[in-house]
Amino acid sequence: MSGLLEPTLYIIKGIAILDNDGNRLLAKYYDPSIFSGVKEERKFEKNLFQKTHRANAEVIMLDRLTCVYRSNVDLFFYVMGMSYENELILVSVLSCLYDAVSAILRKNVEKRALLDNLDLIMLAMDEICDGGIPLETDPQVVSQRVALRMEESPFNDQTVTQQVRQKLETTTGVVLQSAREQLKWSLLK
Amino acid sequence: MIGSFKQIKKDEEDGGGNPYHSTDKTSVLQEARVFNETPVNVKRSTHVLTKILYLLNQGETLATKEATDAFFAMTKLFQSNDLVLRRLVYLGIKELCNIAEDTIIVTSSLTKDMTGREDQYRAPSIRALCRITDASMMQAIDRYMKQAIVDRAPGVSSAALVSCRHILKESPEVVKRWVSEVQEALSSDCVMVQFHALGVLHQLRKSDKLAVTKLVSKLTSSSLRSPYAICLLIRIVARLIEEDEIGYDSRLSDFLESMLRHKAEMVTYEAANAIVTLKRSSARDLPPAISVLQLFLSSPKPTLRFAAVRTLSKVAMTHPNAVTACNLDLENLIQDVNRSIATLAITTLLKTGSEGSVDRLMKSISSFLNDISDEFKIVVVEALRSLALKYPRKQAVLMGQLADMLRSEGGLPYKEAIASTIITIIEDNPEAKEKGLDHLCEFIEDCEHTTLAVRIIHLLGREGPRTRQPSRYIRFVYNRVILENAAVRAAAVSVLAKFGAQCEGLLPNILVLLQRCMMDTEDEVRDRATYYHAILATRDSTLIHRYILNPPQFALPSLERALVQYLQSPAVEPFETRMEERVVPTHEKYAEQLSAIPQFAHLGPLFKSSTPVELTEAETEYMVRCIKHTFQNHIVLQFDCTNTLNDQLLESVSVVVDGEGWVVQTSLPCASLPYSQPGSCYILLPIPEDIMSTTGTLSATLKFTVRDCDPATGEPDTDEGYEDDYTLEDVEITVADHVQRAARSNFAAGWEELGATNELEDTFALSAMSTLEEAVTQITQFLGMHPCDRSDRIPEGKSSHTLYLAGTYRGGHEVLVRAKLALADGVTMQLTVRSDDPEVSEVIASAVG
Repeated sequence: MSGLLEPTLYIIKGIAILDNDGNRLLAKYYDPSIFSGVKEERKFEKNLFQKTHRANAEVIMLDRLTCVYRSNVDLFFYVMGMSYENELILVSVLSCLYDAVSAILRKNVEKRALLDNLDLIMLAMDEICDGGIPLETDPQVVSQRVALRMEESPFNDQTVTQQVRQKLETTTGVVLQSAREQLKWSLLK
Repeated sequence: MIGSFKQIKKDEEDGGGNPYHSTDKTSVLQEARVFNETPVNVKRSTHVLTKILYLLNQGETLATKEATDAFFAMTKLFQSNDLVLRRLVYLGIKELCNIAEDTIIVTSSLTKDMTGREDQYRAPSIRALCRITDASMMQAIDRYMKQAIVDRAPGVSSAALVSCRHILKESPEVVKRWVSEVQEALSSDCVMVQFHALGVLHQLRKSDKLAVTKLVSKLTSSSLRSPYAICLLIRIVARLIEEDEIGYDSRLSDFLESMLRHKAEMVTYEAANAIVTLKRSSARDLPPAISVLQLFLSSPKPTLRFAAVRTLSKVAMTHPNAVTACNLDLENLIQDVNRSIATLAITTLLKTGSEGSVDRLMKSISSFLNDISDEFKIVVVEALRSLALKYPRKQAVLMGQLADMLRSEGGLPYKEAIASTIITIIEDNPEAKEKGLDHLCEFIEDCEHTTLAVRIIHLLGREGPRTRQPSRYIRFVYNRVILENAAVRAAAVSVLAKFGAQCEGLLPNILVLLQRCMMDTEDEVRDRATYYHAILATRDSTLIHRYILNPPQFALPSLERALVQYLQSPAVEPFETRMEERVVPTHEKYAEQLSAIPQFAHLGPLFKSSTPVELTEAETEYMVRCIKHTFQNHIVLQFDCTNTLNDQLLESVSVVVDGEGWVVQTSLPCASLPYSQPGSCYILLPIPEDIMSTTGTLSATLKFTVRDCDPATGEPDTDEGYEDDYTLEDVEITVADHVQRAARSNFAAGWEELGATNELEDTFALSAMSTLEEAVTQITQFLGMHPCDRSDRIPEGKSSHTLYLAGTYRGGHEVLVRAKLALADGVTMQLTVRSDDPEVSEVIASAVG
């Protein structure tokens, strides 16, 4: 077999978000031939965390997988592909995941915030990758598709500017309109 | 900031940090009852559904009943129009559809969402729907899928295309109906849609090479917008170039090269990687790709550096000179914070650098070897192996390094790589042997991997007895018998026997040790000990040789066939195993074909089939190749013929052969040979009694009746044909046709055992050969025997060499050949033949020259 890469849409073998103890918060593996079960997946995650939590070096090869990663405070984000996969494609998926999560959590990329918005994060992961195929790599589009509940969230004076900027960046015209309304309303109050 | 962080940390320890921390399956499934409330309690339902999804994601498994119940409860939530909740339901459907039963029930709800107005519903509902429907149901949504594929909203189009790709795995015929829509989507403006459309289209046409070529030539001339689609296209193009043997299109490689200048790094890397990976790429094609990678080496992005250095390390294996240009940049990466990058940089430098830099590089490797993953440690070991073979003088340093690595932490593949590297060095350099064996002995003292321990013990059995002081290895081996599991013990017992068989002085002690092993708890170990003890105790050199040093080696499929044939024959004499000792099994296909022909059924087991020999030039009117099948007393010549003229039908095709001393006993013609359909005819020749005339040259002519026919239909125009013939090249029957390759694990012992009774010796000047390698290959091929003790490998720079060959002559005669070769104005050879039959020795000795 030659070393040429397979012309396939199935580029992503797995996506994982771990906490700062290496525990799984969310993880999905798309190729059943890589890990035979949850036990192996967890073992791999532990191992992966061991090798990556100290050095913020962005890429590592482990167990025949190329893993690109990124971390913030107490969260670790991983995207996995085959050992000779084009890393730059994986990195674009990783950036999309991170930026989308960051947008959903309003730049507050921490475990607590992530767990509070777990439903939206799950939806975001589903929008980024479908069964191993990168579905969308633009973080704005992803957060737009899932961040549907923005208007429900309570505003307070410290975060209002940031939130509105967020909205301006990420939401469509209709929501933009409602954001303006809310801004007016909260300032009046 | 730090204070608040600590607070959170504390909360977590209380379990408060993770609201899902104490979630358990039973109670959550209880809570799922909330789904049934009317009107839907959006907030609580969302929370409970998230919990269920979280549990599934953590690896919790649901029983079919539990999953089905949860699934049905979930369908109630379609009543709510909350966006998030609805989307979570889609997720839930996808997660549960493989466990739950009757999931078809949601089809109509999903179809409604899929065809509705709300984009936020449409895309994800398509993806969920395609998970639960099978091919037959697809018919029903056929129209909607077609619309969705070309939908204006990119999300909807992508969702439909990705679903197409999933469906393709199960039922490609469904997706084939949508091909024109997919084609339309390919010209979409959206980056992802283009990528997905290309993926689906390629998958649809993959098996049709012409269609792929067309698709590629269309896309390479237009310019795709999506970098992802271009990466995919590059892979498709690379595959085409690699597979195309003859009709190679230079436009394709021009396309690859032009992509090196694309503005997206993703694409330039993909193109560079494809170019350097292509086998077709010569040293001339590489530089543009290498210089792209070289630029990446100094990128601030670790991933880019990693990608570049990994690809370069791959190139360094095949074209080290092409990478030398990057050496300076690679040197800078040795200190890279990313250990993977540093390791790859060093191993690449080891391949491209000079002998002088080895020590320095080794030092930097050992400083961080413990920080890197096993994968990379293996990469390092591989680099050391090629280095050791390249610079034999550095082997002492390398061996030390390898021994250190062997002692450190690591998994089986890593340890295996080290051990086999040490073994390679031992085999390559006799001076390093004892040192290497010592390291390996020390390693098995504390080795947790059974397979590896067995392999090393086996190696000790092969190499140990031939060292200056065999007794020192006995302790290591016997320790294994005391301490290890059954598989290792059994291997150790066999190895003890090998020492006993070869070292006269140790035999009494070995017998004592073997006697102790007879008390083992494991059957296999006891059996082996008893067996070897019994043989060694006889001190009968023939027995020892036959059953310990050179036990018969069989090719099992051939042995099985021969035994079956023996049982079916009325023969009364015992089965002759000697006939069946061979390295390569007989060609099963041939054996089956021939035994199916009644005229050949009585010939007995097939002894050997030659490789096909072409009897015509390439691209002539008729193509004929000959395969020689040797039996105990007969040779069958099989002629595979192909008629390449489309206006001729050949009938009663046969081959007429003529040679002195050879009489055709039976000739089986091929009744009809239409255009381009191969057919075979056979000739059966009894082998002459006189062993000296069993080789020879036969002239061959193809005879046939021609009937002209219509090229289009292949129907013959006439009822009557005319006879014609066609001269073929001669068929040579050589010594090799009578000899089967056999293995001897210990040639020297076999040589002694056979004795000088039937020895023949002669000296030859092989003036036509200019190197020892050439002589070794030629002699091995000519005699059709098997090189033993790795004597087919010649250490570099040597001017003399001894080749050991073993074989079985037709009739089951053992033949061993020792050829001493010396290089001086051509090759001089002293050939010594030993066998158990004087005539066989003579045939072999006279074959050369």
